[in-house]
Amino acid sequence: MEKKLPKIEINEKYCKGCHICVEFCPTRVLEMRGFTAAVKNLEACIACMQCELRCPDFAVTVTG
Amino acid sequence: MGFDYDKYIRPGKLPHIWCPGCGHGIVMKGLIRAIDALELDKNKTAIVSGIGCASRLPGYMDFCTLHTTHGRAVAFATGIKMARPEMNVICVGGDGDGVAIGGNHFIHACRRNIDMTYLIMNNNIYGMTGGQFSPTTPYGAKASTTPYGNPDPPFDIAKLAIGAGATFVARGTAFHAAQIDKLLAEAMRHKGFSVVEILDSCPTTYGRRNRFKSVVEMMNQLKDMAVPVTAADKMPAEQLRGKVLTGILYKESKPEYVEEYRKLVERVRAEG
Ligand SMILES: Cc1ncc(C[n+]2csc(CCOP(=O)(O)OP(=O)(O)O)c2C)c(N)n1
Ligand code: SF4
Ligand code: SF4
Ligand code: SF4
Repeated sequence: MEKKLPKIEINEKYCKGCHICVEFCPTRVLEMRGFTAAVKNLEACIACMQCELRCPDFAVTVTG
Repeated sequence: MGFDYDKYIRPGKLPHIWCPGCGHGIVMKGLIRAIDALELDKNKTAIVSGIGCASRLPGYMDFCTLHTTHGRAVAFATGIKMARPEMNVICVGGDGDGVAIGGNHFIHACRRNIDMTYLIMNNNIYGMTGGQFSPTTPYGAKASTTPYGNPDPPFDIAKLAIGAGATFVARGTAFHAAQIDKLLAEAMRHKGFSVVEILDSCPTTYGRRNRFKSVVEMMNQLKDMAVPVTAADKMPAEQLRGKVLTGILYKESKPEYVEEYRKLVERVRAEG
């Protein structure tokens, strides 16, 4: 059975490129792409919510 | 999963004006989650601030809000609570607002034990005005007004609050985001004056001047500095040097000011 992956949305209009979500993701799911955060490796996401909790700019939402 | 912050934010107010990596946004999210957990009624909740970057918080929040003058948030909040005791009153602001210009209001509100929660976002600096030192700027740190290093020792806000008589005192950090809402919810549940200090980051006026290479480095400092109060008992003194205790630091039950005041009025009226 295929693993159901969480959904990570990054609101590029809100993201200010602080790197917090990227650096503190325990499984290195995210990366910086230019000035905004982006999803690099969704398969590794353990839905711990730390990126959503720590984003100062309301730019990350993890669901599913 | 995926918390819906939008239902508590005034429409069209995001993105906020805080700088990249400013911890104030992390703290505001924690406050929203705490309010959500307690299911506070928007029309019965007042969020009151003074002046500063931190004090811009109420402008984003879809509640009864008051953005007052520098250092006077607690005075305005006291007025609200006295006139409308059924309101949930939450005061917010920075370290400059709260314990420099507002320090006198702060200690006396602690002493009175008036039922409200005071959230202090302590970034150790006056962020809004370009980085002057505050009463919580660490000894030796650089500010625009201490270019050779700060000669003053800092206040410990939590200890100040306990000493002045606050009946609930907690501390967290912007790094420990998941704890912020828990501490604030406990504080709001408490009857009496509750103080929650969140150690925060100002990369723009503090970080740069004090040679933090990035916001991430500031967050790492908060991470390394914090020791949960529950773990501290078992740690030797040398391991606690340079650390700050986090969690609920103090809690007691004492008569609450508004109730005491009402009782007094009734007693005097009955006596004619
Ligand atoms: C009576 C008065 N004095 C001085 C100022 C200038 N002033 C505005 S914000 C501020 C300090 C803000 O620092 P803090 O409360 O720590 O908040 P931060 O900006 O760091 O979030 C000062 C001194 C003012 N607005 N009013
Ligand atoms: S939810 Fe956790 S694992 Fe997934 S991207 Fe965010 S921080 Fe990384
Ligand atoms: S934490 Fe938020 S603002 Fe910072 S880079 Fe990630 S998405 Fe952007
Ligand atoms: S100056 Fe400092 S406190 Fe003000 S918004 Fe920027 S980072 Fe935050």
